[in-house]
Amino acid sequence: MRRAAAAAEFDRRDASWWMDRIAQGCVFAGGISAIVFIVGILAFIATQGMEFAANRLSWTEFFGSIAWRPNGHPPQYGALALIAGTASITAVAMALVVPLSLGAAIYIGEFARGKTREWLKILIELLAAIPSVVWGVIGLNVMGPLMTDVFGVPSGLNLLNAGIILGLMAAPIMTTIAEDALKAVPDTYREAAEALGATKWQVVLRVVLPHARPGLSAAGLLGVGRAVGETIAVLMASGHAITVPESLFDSVRSLTATIASELGETAHGDDHYQALFVLGMLLFAITFAINLTADSIVRGIRRKKA
Amino acid sequence: MVTNTGPEATEPMLDVRGLTIRYGGSVALCDVTLEVKANEIFGIIGPANAGKTSFLRALNRMSDFVQGMEVKGSVRLAGRDIASVRNVYALRRSIGVVFPLPVGLPLSIYDNVALAPRMRGVKARAQLDEIVERCLRRAALWDEVKDRLRNLGSLLSGGQQQRLTIARALSQDPELLLLDEFSIAIDPVTTMRIEEVLKELRHEMTIVLVTNLVQQARRLADRTAFFLGSRCIEVANTEELFTGTVKDQRTRDYVEGRYG
Repeated sequence: MRRAAAAAEFDRRDASWWMDRIAQGCVFAGGISAIVFIVGILAFIATQGMEFAANRLSWTEFFGSIAWRPNGHPPQYGALALIAGTASITAVAMALVVPLSLGAAIYIGEFARGKTREWLKILIELLAAIPSVVWGVIGLNVMGPLMTDVFGVPSGLNLLNAGIILGLMAAPIMTTIAEDALKAVPDTYREAAEALGATKWQVVLRVVLPHARPGLSAAGLLGVGRAVGETIAVLMASGHAITVPESLFDSVRSLTATIASELGETAHGDDHYQALFVLGMLLFAITFAINLTADSIVRGIRRKKA
Repeated sequence: MVTNTGPEATEPMLDVRGLTIRYGGSVALCDVTLEVKANEIFGIIGPANAGKTSFLRALNRMSDFVQGMEVKGSVRLAGRDIASVRNVYALRRSIGVVFPLPVGLPLSIYDNVALAPRMRGVKARAQLDEIVERCLRRAALWDEVKDRLRNLGSLLSGGQQQRLTIARALSQDPELLLLDEFSIAIDPVTTMRIEEVLKELRHEMTIVLVTNLVQQARRLADRTAFFLGSRCIEVANTEELFTGTVKDQRTRDYVEGRYG
């Protein structure tokens, strides 16, 4: 008798079946709305700059010239120096912060024990809570004078200064994510390697790091995204000069800082205003490319494992 | 206990016809047709990669989760084609599954076992207590954990987690219990205790037992199927299989230990 009852039960949609449907619907709506916002922002940026980009902007000038003089006669819209500025600051920041945060993550995740580990984690997460304008002030009033004193360069507000500030800003989030990636490596892997007589460092190098590589790459690319998008601290620490840097002590200007500092002086809808939105589109494209790369790296590794 | 009266008594608990399973391009199971009678223990033996686990996965539509897993043929549970059920969750609730590697959910021992009854809507504390104790006793775990039911189930030892998994499957009060090499992480003494329990459970449910231990199939199963190379080579009464009256030479070789 029980069997027949069970078979009938398979077709009865009970409360939990409907609840499942409703929950799926809600989650779907949430996911879709995120996409709607992204598409909306993209559409906004694109429409603001589209008319100028399509009719009057010379792309060879935009990508080939270092002369950004929107108020000149005639106005010039060469973004090369700004792109170089953003790229060089990001590169310097990453060169400094990747070893730093990877080291911190490995220390916290693999070597530090007990209280030390807990305190370090809290302190590093606290570092992430410092507002970027405070970092800017540190760059402007502490690092700047320090740099003129130590290196004897004319301006302390330069590529190196901005790179250090940006690196320090990106360090907490990168360390936290890298440490999560290390923590996700099962302990059984460590034990298996240790049983072979591997030293702690050998375990880290040969077992933990290879397994955590997708997560570590994600941490790195997140840092790059942070560095490319950061505005106010870079504006304050970089010197804001339109040049393609030839040394670490040249002042530079980033894409974001240009938008932030110039948007206020434009008239809504004029060529300068629209040109800034073209810079915005460029930033969007860069960030998008970074995320896509990160995604394909992680995916590629996952497929290899499967 | 099900009495063999009425029309549905003649119907097999599980009626599998032409079941073929593919993962992408590779065939995991090829054209398997077999029946499992109500209240029997049905053993499945065979070497690795014979398709035993894939077969179990198809029975409760776990294949829905697995991308690229393609199931053809029909599976009828208690006379009902499982491909067309309107509430797949109700279907799974009536099938208990024990996986080869223990999966202690990150809940307390008590909550691990009480999860299925709670999802079914059982709220009364006394009733839950009773179910948890009964299931843990049957899985031969009660004496070891009765004083620490609030501890995390995932912190138990491997063998204990495996018995917790069995207790959890029993808490569903299933029609059909699928065991996939349940004794792989358990010591022989505990295995024997659980085997005794399985023999008693036969009165309440139907059991499909996939095992690598040929002798375990001999001890427990009423009938046994031999899987090899994605095919079901033959199904026979277990005694016949082991006393040599098999149709296929490969089966004889396997049960007598002449394979690999």
